[in-house]
Amino acid sequence: MGPLIPNEIITGQWDFVIALLIGGAFGFILEASGFSSSRNIAGVFYGYNFVVLRVFFTGMIVAMVGLLYFSYMGWINIDLVFVLPTYLNSMLLGGFIMGLGFVIGGFCPGTSYTAAAIGKIDGIVFAGSTLVGIFLFAELFPLFEGFYYANNLGNITIGEMFGLSNEVIVFVFVVIAIVAFYVTWLIEKRVRKNMTEYKFE
Amino acid sequence: MNTETDIKKKPNYLNPYFGGVLLGLLLLATFFIAGRGLSASGAVKLSLVTVVNKIAPEHAANNTYYSKFIPEDGSSIMFNWLVFGAIGTFFGGMLSGVLYGRMGKLRVEHSPKISKRTRIIAAAIGGLLFGMGSQFGRGCSSGAALSGTAALSFGGLLVMAFMFGIGYVVAYFVRKLWI
Repeated sequence: MGPLIPNEIITGQWDFVIALLIGGAFGFILEASGFSSSRNIAGVFYGYNFVVLRVFFTGMIVAMVGLLYFSYMGWINIDLVFVLPTYLNSMLLGGFIMGLGFVIGGFCPGTSYTAAAIGKIDGIVFAGSTLVGIFLFAELFPLFEGFYYANNLGNITIGEMFGLSNEVIVFVFVVIAIVAFYVTWLIEKRVRKNMTEYKFE
Repeated sequence: MNTETDIKKKPNYLNPYFGGVLLGLLLLATFFIAGRGLSASGAVKLSLVTVVNKIAPEHAANNTYYSKFIPEDGSSIMFNWLVFGAIGTFFGGMLSGVLYGRMGKLRVEHSPKISKRTRIIAAAIGGLLFGMGSQFGRGCSSGAALSGTAALSFGGLLVMAFMFGIGYVVAYFVRKLWI
């Protein structure tokens, strides 16, 4: 049955209506969870607010378990679900640069849209600057084109990489998430006790 | 400390685990419908390609990066799933902001220890880096880290681990921005 669009169960112009609705729900959830505030987000790096870790990890394991379940029930053909290809060098550098951008800017692109939407100038500036960043990347692209495509491992999954089944991998993620929820809860309690300048905004 | 005003000031956010479950179900629904996950930075990339292609079409065609995203059949670059998704994200965020009373006039949110100007500069640097990084990473926190890892992509996991890992390594040096 699923995925519906690759299987052509939903076709044509409906794509964009669906994209708009899914995007809308995404923005709503991000904002309602507190991601329109850079200070809430940056808390994950200083221990005073782990909302990013909670929402992100919960979302990830729910989707992972759900995909396994859908696949097991025969509701989705897992082979048609897009597995982001792995370009080792480029993606390591990308993660590195985004980590810097994350802790300096306090947003990622999606969250900056929601911050901009509720009137935060820092969100507008962040979102605008991503455009400049991509422009620089594209203009300089010929210089590092080889690097960009180097060490292409293809659409490799985590399980294939470590020689384990998807079920085992998902189980490990769930266990890590639960431990992380507990440990960060303890850390947050301690850090907040000694903090006066941070209030939710 | 006046606790009463603090309670009043505390905004009405979703319980983060509840928000996370909603996010996970949305991501699952997106996989089920589209066969791929959520995204954010792709829309900015396509907007840029559109602008460059309008202003300097030859330059865009000669650049091996821009030209990857210009449809050969001449159809619109912007008529794309990613663009509609990002428009939705903006208005979905706005709807939540209106419903929960966080929608306000233009303002800069910053730590009391830094000026508005410092915060704006930091946001600009952060955005610039995220823009570049998301191209190397084949996606940002939404497309690569969240959706990539949820679909069990090894590359998605790498991006996620490095993004948060480097954030922690660097956090100490930029702590003045936040605490």
